[in-house]
Amino acid sequence: MRALSLILMVVLANPVLAITVGSALDFDSPEKEALYRQLLMDLRCTVCQNQSLVDSNAPLARDLRRLTYQKVQEGADRESIHAFMVARYGDFVLYKPPLRSSTWLLWFGPLLFVLLGGLILWRVMVHYRNGAEASAVISPQARERLSELMREQGEAERR
Amino acid sequence: MRGGLTLLPLGIFVALILLFWIGLGLNPRELNSPLVGQSVPEFSVPDLMHAERPLTEQSLMGQVSVVNVWASWCVSCRAEHQQILALAKQGVQVIGLNYKDEFEDAVDYLQENGNPYQAIGFDHKGEVGIEWGVYATPETFVIDRHGVVRHKHTGPIRPATLEQELMPLIAQLEAE
Repeated sequence: MRALSLILMVVLANPVLAITVGSALDFDSPEKEALYRQLLMDLRCTVCQNQSLVDSNAPLARDLRRLTYQKVQEGADRESIHAFMVARYGDFVLYKPPLRSSTWLLWFGPLLFVLLGGLILWRVMVHYRNGAEASAVISPQARERLSELMREQGEAERR
Repeated sequence: MRGGLTLLPLGIFVALILLFWIGLGLNPRELNSPLVGQSVPEFSVPDLMHAERPLTEQSLMGQVSVVNVWASWCVSCRAEHQQILALAKQGVQVIGLNYKDEFEDAVDYLQENGNPYQAIGFDHKGEVGIEWGVYATPETFVIDRHGVVRHKHTGPIRPATLEQELMPLIAQLEAE
């Protein structure tokens, strides 16, 4: 029973459901309804900048939801609604920024860092593999003393 | 090789500090408006003071003007009001866009604080605001005499913003 109510709470807390429950919009077709829900998640609320139109309770988000609803009902497709929003609020309004020369760093930056990290890791590994024996970090005298100590230790253990 | 590797973490550290220094210094509210460089969007909205005389994009043609988006409920608008008044006093055409406000509240606000606006669009539902990409009042646009948006300032105008940013730009546009 407890588990069931917990599951219910999680399901009912779903923001997409909350919208439908809250405003009970009628759509001409299930496709339009799916498009509307998709768009609300694609678009960022520029007032509360880390929320989508679904999540945000800002008055502007409410207006933009209504506008999106009207446009979807009028038969607008996803691209044209994206274009409408970008023309007014800029690329920032899209959660997924378009791929173009000014956004290359944004898209491929993480890959660049992975490659850079891999390169550093590789060089460090090569360095230690080749350099471990030959490295002159400790002097020959110290090396001799070290092996002497290790030999004594070994003998002590054997006894 | 050895020296390079030892200095690498320091190099990465310095690069990150620089990146954060610049990145965290940016104002996330200051979004580049796609309207800058474009003609003002077409709109038509009743004037707050003369309902029979609508404000349209044609009202902005022929001279340099400043479009200021404000509302009586907007606290930062009160903060910048002195600067808007100063702008009007210097002879700049200032057009207001009263955004998502109640008629009485807007009129009371102007009576209380003074009216710097030569015309005021009464955008009760915020529809014109959407056309202009308004997302955070106050917003201020500088429009040249051909009706092209040349600059947008988001947030309250401070005396320094007025003197260092807006006035030089307006003077430059008037000289064009």
